[in-house]
Amino acid sequence: MEIIISNSSGVPIYEQIKEQIKNKIISRELESGEMLPSIRSLAKDLRCSVITTKNAYEELVKEGYVVTIPAKGFYVAEINIDLAREEQLKKIENLLDTIVNIAKVNNISKDTISDMLDIFYEEDK
Amino acid sequence: MGDILEVKDLSKRYDDFELKNISFNLPKGMIMGLIGENGAGKTTTIKAILDIIKDYKGNIKIFGLSNRKDDKRIKEDIGVVLDDMFFPEILTPTDINSVMKDTFKNWDSDLYFKYLNDFSLPKSKQVKTFSRGMRKKLEIAVAISHHPKLLILDEPTSGLDPIARNEVIDIFQDFIQNEECSILISSHITTDLEHIADYITFINKGEILLSKTKDELLDNYGIVKCTEKEFKNFDNKDYIRYKKNKYDYEVLVENKKEFNKIYKVSTIDKVTLEDLMVLMIKGVE
Repeated sequence: MEIIISNSSGVPIYEQIKEQIKNKIISRELESGEMLPSIRSLAKDLRCSVITTKNAYEELVKEGYVVTIPAKGFYVAEINIDLAREEQLKKIENLLDTIVNIAKVNNISKDTISDMLDIFYEEDK
Repeated sequence: MGDILEVKDLSKRYDDFELKNISFNLPKGMIMGLIGENGAGKTTTIKAILDIIKDYKGNIKIFGLSNRKDDKRIKEDIGVVLDDMFFPEILTPTDINSVMKDTFKNWDSDLYFKYLNDFSLPKSKQVKTFSRGMRKKLEIAVAISHHPKLLILDEPTSGLDPIARNEVIDIFQDFIQNEECSILISSHITTDLEHIADYITFINKGEILLSKTKDELLDNYGIVKCTEKEFKNFDNKDYIRYKKNKYDYEVLVENKKEFNKIYKVSTIDKVTLEDLMVLMIKGVE
């Protein structure tokens, strides 16, 4: 498993760890039932504090991506792909909300935004 | 999770310096960094914890036991590196092994020689031929080779080059792989602590300015850089310290997100422990 931590990105380190493990779970690089490194060994290998890796794991447990088995460790949960998709949609919704707010404040029409969206989609192709 | 070290209302008065009501707890399995200027009271705090200074007030518990009454039992489980530590100059690391074998019940010669090896320290040269960095590494090897549960280290990385500091930090992280073990490190080399410390306790002029998890500090605190005009708008409840520079103002805030919600400033940097120290000490409230 590879995890890349940036100390200068401004994103809290626990969040970087959490997001990267989560992405590996969603992309099935980490399979359900797989054991994750212990909080302490991960902290050592990433050169961060124990509290940081503990926070990352706790958030992953809260969001349902990881389960903890007392006295054993942390394991990748059986995840529901629909649930993961739901979460991504939610993220998009939030971003769209920001876009619409900016548009409304500045009197930019829905058509203009929708045209921009088309252009972005074209660019990707 | 229990606390391995509890310091409550520690005070000590000298003619020209006073330690005032120092209180903090260090949980099991964690690393706490004690930061502050030279002369802030870090070493006095450590010496009181070890009960090697006299006439201090307050309650200190290690492994749940009193540091004064139960000091014999406690000392078996503590490893110590002090800034002004000494080994008799004519001893060699091998001689030190013999001495330590008689001092500590749990002394582990194999482990000790393994550390000497890892640190590339000669076994049979007299300590007086050692450089400052080599002495520090020897002290650390000695402190850790009787399998202590608590390491108390006063400036363990001062005098070490970056490569050696890195090796030492690896050893500290190895040490807390056992979740029963904790480390208290005082240092003014804050970058070392920035990586591995779980808690930061900041002492200034004999008082604790703050004691928090490091993540709380580094993830939330921020430094706003702004013009005088912007600064005049800030309510002084909303920042901790400020410093007027020639070209800008630097303002330390406790929560950069919240601050930005209120004031929408253009530049908020994340803090380093060094920034934090400088602004807390040099800044204006």
